[in-house]
Amino acid sequence: MSVLVLVEHTNGAFKKKSLEAVQYAAHIAKETGTTVTAVAVGNVGDTAMQELGAYGAQKVLNAADARLENFSSRAYTKVMLAAAQKEGAKVIVGLHDTVGKAVSPRLAARLQAGLVAGAVSYPDLSKGFVVKKTVFSGKAFAFVSITSDIKVITLMPNTYPVVKGEGSASVEKLDVSFSDADFAVQVKEVAKASGAVPLSEAELVVSGGRGMKGPENWHVLEDLAKELGAATACSRPVADSHWRPHNEHVGQTGGTIRPNLYIAVGISGAIQHLAGVNGSKTIVVINKDPEAPFFSAANYGVLGDAMEIVPKLTEAVKKFKANH
Amino acid sequence: MKILVCICPVPDTTTKVAFADNNTHFSTAGVTFIINPYDEWYALVRALELKEAGIATDVHMITVGKADAEPVIRKALALGGDEAIRIDAESGDTYSVAAQIAEYAKSVGYDLVLCGKESIDYNNGSVGAMIAELLDMNYIGFAAKLDVASGVATVVREIEGGEETDTCALPLVVSCQKGMSEARIPNMRGIMAARTKPLKVVAPAAISAVSSIVAYEMPPAKSGVKMISADNMDELVSLLHNEAKVI
Repeated sequence: MSVLVLVEHTNGAFKKKSLEAVQYAAHIAKETGTTVTAVAVGNVGDTAMQELGAYGAQKVLNAADARLENFSSRAYTKVMLAAAQKEGAKVIVGLHDTVGKAVSPRLAARLQAGLVAGAVSYPDLSKGFVVKKTVFSGKAFAFVSITSDIKVITLMPNTYPVVKGEGSASVEKLDVSFSDADFAVQVKEVAKASGAVPLSEAELVVSGGRGMKGPENWHVLEDLAKELGAATACSRPVADSHWRPHNEHVGQTGGTIRPNLYIAVGISGAIQHLAGVNGSKTIVVINKDPEAPFFSAANYGVLGDAMEIVPKLTEAVKKFKANH
Repeated sequence: MKILVCICPVPDTTTKVAFADNNTHFSTAGVTFIINPYDEWYALVRALELKEAGIATDVHMITVGKADAEPVIRKALALGGDEAIRIDAESGDTYSVAAQIAEYAKSVGYDLVLCGKESIDYNNGSVGAMIAELLDMNYIGFAAKLDVASGVATVVREIEGGEETDTCALPLVVSCQKGMSEARIPNMRGIMAARTKPLKVVAPAAISAVSSIVAYEMPPAKSGVKMISADNMDELVSLLHNEAKVI
């Protein structure tokens, strides 16, 4: 028994969403009367791993083969299979991100286990094992019942607030035997977007649409984003017109995000766009068209010209930050 | 080089989602089904481009579904490709779909399996990685570019806050997203040709689903927008701090 959770780190520091995943696993472990074992891949210091205890992990297994430096879904799956076997895991938690979406389905297929991809709730054990997830790109939720003995879940980041508690986890090395084929995917080049907050992890997002008129006006959104510590996003027409890179496109055919705050500037709010962002906790809409459908999906609305309003908002944020 | 493209029928993107039978079923009344945009615009079109460039020899398309899935797979044939396969089973969960496709793929032996990054209805994004595991293949997800030369694929894929260029010897499974190719519209010649192209109906393997949807729920309605004067951004900031508690 035990709940297994795959944790991700950047240069040895665990990501906030992974702490959230550990905490999520701890909740399930508590309800099922078992413990949490986290699995960390690659080079991480013992202190960082022990600290996962403060989020509910009793044990951390570390697979530190040097070849794991580059991500390989096959190799990571082998690590998780070895850990699952060692711990007799019945529930395996990952994140609904680029790593988890590649590893968890492999693991589920190998174990013939049911998978909930993109969970937004704890499992409801009163009805068996039922987990809520978003479907139709955020237009609705589905409750998925897993009927297999082993259950695999990928958790949508930013579902539950992360609260640090007490405790220290024990650390063990995990030996996994790999074949060369597990490392057939070779990384040739990595291009990181400079200085920006990654959109998928961002708690605050400033997004622009066609109402911004052109890429030359984006600096007002970037100034606001910088002041807030927010990521920038855009609507589909903006990405299609190459005003912004398409990894910033959110909506039904772009990324789905659920930040705490989504500020939509010059976006009318077509149903396809709303589908990608309506999981946001708070939505602010700035638009000069009082008929823009986005207003009816927003918490706060400002009517007027983006080029006048956004700089004023940036100033107001600056003032607020100076006083807090 | 043989390519298999996985095709999932999904409700049109403008569908107003509704549920029936006490919120236990998606209501398909009046819903138009289309090819999942990621499967069509990126996976299928890129496969066709690779064939046109003389890199791929065969492009097959596969879907798991009953006879009502046929118009969608016919549309895929109208875009191009050599052969369509429909596995005659209810689509079930991601595991059962992936396992059915993997069973069929084993019998043919494909060098490249392409699918969209996720379906726009259930948003699992899991079928590609599952197929890869069941076929013991490598997998690269969220690809925005794909090229193949001398049996080696070069893929640009999305990573957190950037992108990465990977290479991998075939066979390989790739999930595709925006950037890979431009959308195409089937022309009359393609539509006519699709009528005579083979659409193979294959009996399903004995595979059971390991999960199922037991209920649906609509998101709670927003409680109404609070309008703030354009001259009072301090109030907006104060509301975001004190009321919404997001900054």
